[in-house]
Amino acid sequence: MDWGALHTILGGVNKHSTSIGKIWLTVLFIFRIMILVVAAERVWGDEQDDFVCNTLQPGCRNVCYDHFFPISHIRLWALQLIFVSTPALLVAMHVAYRRHEKKRQFRKGDQKCEYKDIEEIRRQRFRIEGSLWWTYTSSIFCRLIFEAVFMYAFYFMYDGFRMPRLMKCNAWPCPNTVDCFVSRPTEKTVFTIFMIAVSSICIMLNVAELCYLLIKFFLRRSKKAGNSKQQPNHENKEETKQNEMNELISDSCQNTVIGFSS
Amino acid sequence: MSWGFLRDLLSGVNKYSTGIGRIWVAIVFMFRLLVYVAAAENIWKYEHDEFECNIKQPGCENVCFDHFFPVSHIRLWALQLIIVSTPSLLVVFHVAYRENRQKHNQKPCRNPGKIDGGLLCTYLISLILKTGFEIVFLVLFYKLYNGFKIPRLVKCDIRPCPNTVDCYISKPTEKMIFLYFLVATSCLCIILNLSELSYLIFKHTTKCYLKKYMKKQQ
Repeated sequence: MDWGALHTILGGVNKHSTSIGKIWLTVLFIFRIMILVVAAERVWGDEQDDFVCNTLQPGCRNVCYDHFFPISHIRLWALQLIFVSTPALLVAMHVAYRRHEKKRQFRKGDQKCEYKDIEEIRRQRFRIEGSLWWTYTSSIFCRLIFEAVFMYAFYFMYDGFRMPRLMKCNAWPCPNTVDCFVSRPTEKTVFTIFMIAVSSICIMLNVAELCYLLIKFFLRRSKKAGNSKQQPNHENKEETKQNEMNELISDSCQNTVIGFSS
Repeated sequence: MSWGFLRDLLSGVNKYSTGIGRIWVAIVFMFRLLVYVAAAENIWKYEHDEFECNIKQPGCENVCFDHFFPVSHIRLWALQLIIVSTPSLLVVFHVAYRENRQKHNQKPCRNPGKIDGGLLCTYLISLILKTGFEIVFLVLFYKLYNGFKIPRLVKCDIRPCPNTVDCYISKPTEKMIFLYFLVATSCLCIILNLSELSYLIFKHTTKCYLKKYMKKQQ
């Protein structure tokens, strides 16, 4: 069980996402999770061993380290990535529930059911409308909240995003104010700023996706209201055009990863 | 053999679970297993090396560490994850038994994963066991470490330490944060298990009652 398993789970959600959602997922996996695993973990790997205080007093180093780093950057990022990925599971569960309902209808031999076999139901891609629209929009909203909360937590806990070289500590049992030196402060600052920048990009992508979904929703509503006033022949032509447009917008990317199975 | 095995096991269980059961599996994957592997394991990695006592007496540090941490938090966490996931195997075995029986008797195709009859009893037992194990581990954590707090300093006077010695635990705040996280997710899983239990009992009681009522009507 590792980040690869998360990739498998979220890959399934990718199929039912908008284009912006797919870009967000790519940014998440390449610029955040991969950077965390391949680079950042190594930079912070020796953080307590190489945290050196100018004293021989046993225990002083432990206590000072604990005082300045209540929770390590790397753990906070891991938690942030897990929390930010979780709302996408809501969408995966909703899709799984819909598939389950369709399979049930198919098995009962419901004449309304338009599928030829169970495999077609499994492969079907659901459009983001109706209750799925609400689930999807809520998941984006939750993601935004989590991203903002974690960025604020970072800023609040570490007084900004810079890692200082030297910290002065006078927590007991240090005999007086002691100089403590952080290992690799510049490299850590660079990675911190990088991760914050990518978080900001993800926040912007989420806001853009939210706006896109809202605009699409209102456009669809106004079209429906417009169509109901017009004549039946003209109505059919407009509906067909709108359906084609929606198909084009929704089918912009292809997914090859097997998703969260029901 | 690694956590991937547990993940595959739970994915199999997912197929035969109710909606609440699937939420439980998702929480175990994301908030317990993934957090354990990606974050928590590394915090406790060098806990013995970083445990420091204010004394040069050989053996004193070892003895004090052993006294205060009979079983490390992280090992208890791993045991909890494994033992809490195991009752779900009962359901998998029962479904496999049903499928086997169907094959031999060549009965007409009936969904072997449908939660009714004997499988319902097995499912309920697995839920009760899961909840029981969660509570046992939470109580164990509480009793072994006198609550869920991790102090910065512990005082130790066990032989061969010559007198009462100050010993400092590494990263106590970070460990405490993750311990609270563990407790919170355990409690959430207990609530989900109890909800699922109530839901299944209520659903099947209503079904039985309706059947009897229909029979009486006829």
